[in-house]
Amino acid sequence: MSVAIEVQNLRCEFRVNAGWFAAEKRVIAVDDVTFSVPAGSVLGIVGESGCGKSTLARLILGLLKPTAGTVLVDGKRLFDLDRKARARLIQPVFQDPFASLNPRHRIKDIVALPLTAQGTFSRAEIERRVAQILERVGLSAAMGERMPSQLSGGQRQRAAIARALVLEPRIVICDEPTSALDVSVQAQILNLLADLRRDLGLTYLFISHNLAVVEHVASEVAVMYLGRFVERNETDALFRAPGHPYTQALLQSVLTPEPGRGVPDIGLGDAMPDPANIPPGCRFNPRCGIAVERCRRVAPTPMVRAPQGMVECHLA
Amino acid sequence: MSALLDIEDLEVMFGGRSAAVRGASLQVEKGETHCLVGESGCGKSVTALSIMNLLARGGRRAAKRMSFAGTDLLSLSDREMARLRGNRISMIFQEPMTSLNPAFTIGSQMAEVLTRHKGGSRTAALERAVELMGRVGITAPEMRLGQFPHQLSGGLRQRVMIAMALMCDPELLVADEPTTALDVTVQAQILRLLATLKRELGLAILLITHDLGIVARVADRVSVMYAGEVVERAPTAELFRSPQHPYTRGLLSCVPVPGRVQRDRPLGSIPGVVPAIGPGFAGCAFRSRCSHADASCEREIPRRQAGSAHDYLCRLAPEFSEPQPA
Ligand SMILES: Nc1ncnc2c1ncn2[C@@H]1O[C@H](COP(=O)(O)OP(=O)(O)OP(=O)(O)O)[C@@H](O)[C@H]1O
Ligand SMILES: Nc1ncnc2c1ncn2[C@@H]1O[C@H](COP(=O)(O)OP(=O)(O)O)[C@@H](O)[C@H]1O
Ligand code: SF4
Ligand code: SF4
Ligand SMILES: [Mg+2]
Ligand SMILES: [Mg+2]
Repeated sequence: MSVAIEVQNLRCEFRVNAGWFAAEKRVIAVDDVTFSVPAGSVLGIVGESGCGKSTLARLILGLLKPTAGTVLVDGKRLFDLDRKARARLIQPVFQDPFASLNPRHRIKDIVALPLTAQGTFSRAEIERRVAQILERVGLSAAMGERMPSQLSGGQRQRAAIARALVLEPRIVICDEPTSALDVSVQAQILNLLADLRRDLGLTYLFISHNLAVVEHVASEVAVMYLGRFVERNETDALFRAPGHPYTQALLQSVLTPEPGRGVPDIGLGDAMPDPANIPPGCRFNPRCGIAVERCRRVAPTPMVRAPQGMVECHLA
Repeated sequence: MSALLDIEDLEVMFGGRSAAVRGASLQVEKGETHCLVGESGCGKSVTALSIMNLLARGGRRAAKRMSFAGTDLLSLSDREMARLRGNRISMIFQEPMTSLNPAFTIGSQMAEVLTRHKGGSRTAALERAVELMGRVGITAPEMRLGQFPHQLSGGLRQRVMIAMALMCDPELLVADEPTTALDVTVQAQILRLLATLKRELGLAILLITHDLGIVARVADRVSVMYAGEVVERAPTAELFRSPQHPYTRGLLSCVPVPGRVQRDRPLGSIPGVVPAIGPGFAGCAFRSRCSHADASCEREIPRRQAGSAHDYLCRLAPEFSEPQPA
């Protein structure tokens, strides 16, 4: 099977001012991440706010330059490609469909933008393609005439998906595409994304903090913590037998709609992870309920985990 | 005996073009956790704000009855309501920064709540603040007293909000989406905390959420809201076992359940969105999205009984078929 996305030793640091007299802080948002995504599959990425998911998405989209490491998309080095070639290969769908659509343009012009930016499509071709993709995502031609503010959240997300697909890319990076939506609308959008993937043979990188959603859409799942993948495996294996204590806590905190089961004690303290201050040893150790002395000194290295995965924990 | 909070036929209008709440009835018993659930825009927050008399300018409320512990809330003056608020009824919001003042320390804001309502010394109030912060799982509470809101993480700020809401030992806590902005791990910690407080302090909680997972895990009873009406009310286990309103059924089918999801099988979904309801509207507001709708749904809809504490607003007769395995 061919590889759609290949990421090698990717690292991204930000330097932030902590105040007038404080020293400049180094935020390590993505810390030496390596993985690949086979064509036609869906890699789900889960993790808490600030763990680096969106930064990783922006690095893979070429919107952000890495501090170190490489990204290959469809076998080509991302930074060898110009913007137009990149746009034909890989497209984003972001969380907030309102912020990501220009409020002063009609929906059909917003959807046409990637085509016009290429500069190689005729007016007639653009109109044909826009009409086709709007219909495919379930928006009527009349919706195409409206402004973003005149659409519901779900309709706006459909428009954002149409814009991402109008150039017929191979890969779509979905960063929390349904987090701002109600469950009813979320279900509509997830079903649409699944249909499109099947019919068009797309590859998705699917970022979400909702584990139930990720389990539903992803063939493989990576768990991110303070900039690193701490566990990765086939979806069923990861959900059935999570190896990392953090993955276990995440799974326990999913509140399934089963009455009478109460809210579990997930056993994490209130120490919150801070990417400007990554603890020595295992980065999870201040919150880990089973940490041993070695965890505070030595960082765990990736260990193979059946059938296809890895985990970074001394005790897994 | 009447309920601690008893609302009948609440109407809320903004301007007069559309009604945000249209005849909602809601009862919260002493010591229970009651969840108000529904899609965004259904009127959950407006209902909560009407209870507190904190509606935005231009919002007008009316009801057949709106009483708290036997007191008629509608006839209270602003001053009398202000004496109740933060004292016997407390509210926490989705975004803690809307109710924390960025210019004052955590300690002074917490102490002020107690001295305003109950008097007493500032030192005693600070002691109580420290005690409550410890109780809601904040480490090093003494240190937090001198910190400003922006110096705390989102989860800590929400804990501070809860501790502050408890300063005067309220009988009712109204919590509007208190964990929606938080990570799942922090959400689980906060909800567990609320469950403990309810058990140990006998606190009644009106918890507003759009998340059916939360409802299932924490609620004693549930009210399902749609387009400004409460369309179904039931004890939690019964609602999940035999939901009656097509809207409730639709909502339940949309939720992916971990461990039971079937990839490649579409999720259930409800077509369309919550409509805006103008004045003079009659019949069932769900009919534009309901697969059972017919002409009779345009007439007045009866409230039907599906159990001793279970009713719903739909023309269809109750059905107790086994729910489909998800
Ligand atoms: N341009 C930037 N300058 C400085 N710091 C940044 C910048 N962009 C991101 N960060 C920091 O990098 C870390 C990772 O951020 P990122 O947005 O990738 O998180 P995330 O996992 O997507 O979180 P969320 O779930 O909240 O979307 C955070 O600490 C964030 O504050
Ligand atoms: N200040 C306001 N002015 C006008 N309309 C409002 C105002 N606040 C809420 N509404 C309207 O009332 C309805 C219910 O809103 P809300 O209670 O916030 O919904 P929920 O909390 O269930 O998401 C919506 O149609 C909303 O647009
Ligand atoms: S390496 Fe140690 S601290 Fe890290 S997750 Fe494993 S047991 Fe916990
Ligand atoms: S009253 Fe009619 S439209 Fe409304 S929920 Fe029942 S069947 Fe559907
Ligand atoms: Mg993000
Ligand atoms: Mg609300």
